[in-house]
Amino acid sequence: MRSGAVYTETVIYSAPETFAKEAPYQSAIVTLDGGGRVTGRILGDRVSIDDRVVEVEQRNGVPYFTKA
Amino acid sequence: MRPVAVIGAGKTPFGAFPDRDLRSLAVEAGQKCLRNANATPAQIQSFYLGNFSGPAFVGQNHLAPYVSTALGIEDVPATRIEAACASSGSAFYHAWTEVAAGIQDVVMVVGVEKMTSQTTARTSEILAEAGDCSGEMKAGNTFASLFAMIARRHMYEFGTKKEHLASVAVKNHANGALNPDAHMRKAITLEQAMNGKPIADPLNIYDCSLISDGAAAVILAPLERAREFTDKPVRVLGIAQASDRVALDEKPDITTFAAVRRAGEKAYGMAGLGPDDIQFAELHDCFTIAEIIASEDLGFCRRGQGGPYVFEGCTLRTGPRPVNTTGGLKAKGHPVGATGVSQICDLMKQIRGEAGELQIPRHEVGLAENLGGSGGTCVVTILGAA
Repeated sequence: MRSGAVYTETVIYSAPETFAKEAPYQSAIVTLDGGGRVTGRILGDRVSIDDRVVEVEQRNGVPYFTKA
Repeated sequence: MRPVAVIGAGKTPFGAFPDRDLRSLAVEAGQKCLRNANATPAQIQSFYLGNFSGPAFVGQNHLAPYVSTALGIEDVPATRIEAACASSGSAFYHAWTEVAAGIQDVVMVVGVEKMTSQTTARTSEILAEAGDCSGEMKAGNTFASLFAMIARRHMYEFGTKKEHLASVAVKNHANGALNPDAHMRKAITLEQAMNGKPIADPLNIYDCSLISDGAAAVILAPLERAREFTDKPVRVLGIAQASDRVALDEKPDITTFAAVRRAGEKAYGMAGLGPDDIQFAELHDCFTIAEIIASEDLGFCRRGQGGPYVFEGCTLRTGPRPVNTTGGLKAKGHPVGATGVSQICDLMKQIRGEAGELQIPRHEVGLAENLGGSGGTCVVTILGAA
């Protein structure tokens, strides 16, 4: 699975209709070790900029990361 | 390329108008504009409509002739332009190209959006279609959360503080409180602005612009014909539209908007002016951080210093370079498809000396910056007394 560092992040309280039941949740843009960036979701502990994260699963094509 | 003037402007108030439909708003703005320009519908040779999502918000498409014919403008090209929140800025740019190139003489641009008939959650979803729906938005982001991530990175790189963001809201609410056509006419304190309901960290409700209904219209003509219509034409000194990647994760640096920088540089170049020549501006404060970054990208202050720049009062209505004297998107309101043309109308009022309580003393040269999405489109326009 892919790994990288958090480039930026936010915790979303006011979600779009489709995701309203999941709020609040954390989204982050991750700079991948293999190059490029991807936008995904954070599972478990909240992360901050520069934190190391690893991809643990994909749902509907969205990568889910957790703190390394 | 010939010099172009704006010869008339008209707007509806911005707000939540449950009894009004999209077309009636657009027609009201258009009719006010025709009267302001002393023009008749028969004199309009081409018509542009800026609108983001009539189909999703109110279930109506094919909007340009739907509006133009209701204004009595018949048998002319009627074209809708969509560029997210820069839809009507882009419509204005394309109208300008037509007049500057000598293809048409008298061209009308209307911007309109009717947003408040949907819930906030549904509205967030419709607005999210202006982002990358195969990536960032599929992960559950909203425009507020994209700008929250921009703010977070700006704070990390430059030490921008929540107080800085909040000072944008305080300033723009203070201006909006004096604007009779503003959606929200309520001054707020810095403490209130810092402690609003959280939307997407670090942004709270006071960092976010409003969901509004409204319309705005202007008419363009060659400068040499402008005085056939009005004693107070306003000249387009410089204008440019630029574009960039739509997805935030495809931009090398999210603390600056490449499209704003490029459009700004080109507009300054055309006008033969620099940032120091701009006396006042309407900047696209869809979120507080967006005004801060725009003030950097347009050279009003140094890169990374947009937070202290606004916090120290440099852009107050009584400051050296007022920004968003009407309240901005934050307090005036943000019917997204109307915003670009609305900014042009606001500059016109100041330049013509018709801004009432909001009138500022140095008002000969103003700049409008209209941003689409998280920076995929930007239109920068510099207007001056003709």
